[in-house]
Amino acid sequence: MTDLAVEHVDSDAHDDHDHPTDAFYVKIALILAFFTLIEVGTYFESVHNAPEWAMYVVLSVLMIIKFVMVGAYFMHLKYDTVWFRRVFIAGVVLACIVYVIMFLAYNRFGFV
Amino acid sequence: MQTASPLPTKELPLAEAAVATATEHGDSHDGSHGHGTSTGISNNKLMMWVFLGSECLLFGALISTYMLYKERLPDGELGPADVFDIPFTSVSSFVLLLSSLTMVLALSSISRGDYHRFRVWTLTTAALGATFIAGQIYEFTVFYEEGLGYTTNIFGSSFYTLTGFHGVHVTIGIIMLLVTYIMHKQGRLNSDKAETVEIVGLYWHFVDIVWILIFTVVYLFPQPESVL
Repeated sequence: MTDLAVEHVDSDAHDDHDHPTDAFYVKIALILAFFTLIEVGTYFESVHNAPEWAMYVVLSVLMIIKFVMVGAYFMHLKYDTVWFRRVFIAGVVLACIVYVIMFLAYNRFGFV
Repeated sequence: MQTASPLPTKELPLAEAAVATATEHGDSHDGSHGHGTSTGISNNKLMMWVFLGSECLLFGALISTYMLYKERLPDGELGPADVFDIPFTSVSSFVLLLSSLTMVLALSSISRGDYHRFRVWTLTTAALGATFIAGQIYEFTVFYEEGLGYTTNIFGSSFYTLTGFHGVHVTIGIIMLLVTYIMHKQGRLNSDKAETVEIVGLYWHFVDIVWILIFTVVYLFPQPESVL
């Protein structure tokens, strides 16, 4: 049996026992809504001259938490085979590399 | 091994062909049993995940472009701080977030054979998506009236390209949802083919995830000073 098949069997066992209920999904949505409220709140706080670095940190952390929660629970990455997770994370990592390359290239060569 | 998709799908419109192809190879919702593939993984779900991975690159490039160009806006040009209406866009964000919940409830409903709720949640998701698009059209109209056209400056071009691409994705998602609904009404989609709904749902949630990034990076991150 290949590694892939072994991981699939493991995933099967996980699926059978941990599939979320509707109430769980509602709970996740409420948490996401709460985080979104905080995000929006930082905008109004920024009006009152909050430090810019703090805004970036808070907003980035909240954004990543929301991203992971939607992926893990609504898109079932937490419950599905690990291969889907790997494929998606590969795309996200490549996208980040694209940004870093663009950022470095623009700053090095001054493209506009 | 799964067989190739039959020819008739070529004659269907794109969205219906995509949903029909998934339906023909559809499996149980949990995506774990009975996949006749050598890997034991649903080919359709894997295909969708590979597609979404490639979409990350598309939106990664668009968001990168926006962030780099925003910082290079010449003095005196119309910028983000001059046009953005954060309270309005926040409501749109909540609408899209809510649509992710209704989407996952639609999938949950069809998985347990509750077809009435499936129809309700599917149409609700499509309606919420349409509300988001309506809000985006309104926002674009207001921006245009304030003087920000597509070619006005580098900020306008990158902003409209990024959010416009996202809007097109939401619109395609709405079409996929409606096709799913119609196929269910025609009796071609039931709990045995719930994976089809799951695949449409993956696309929909991805659109939501991208908006999570856009809303934070484009709208909420501190903006350059207003020129007005």
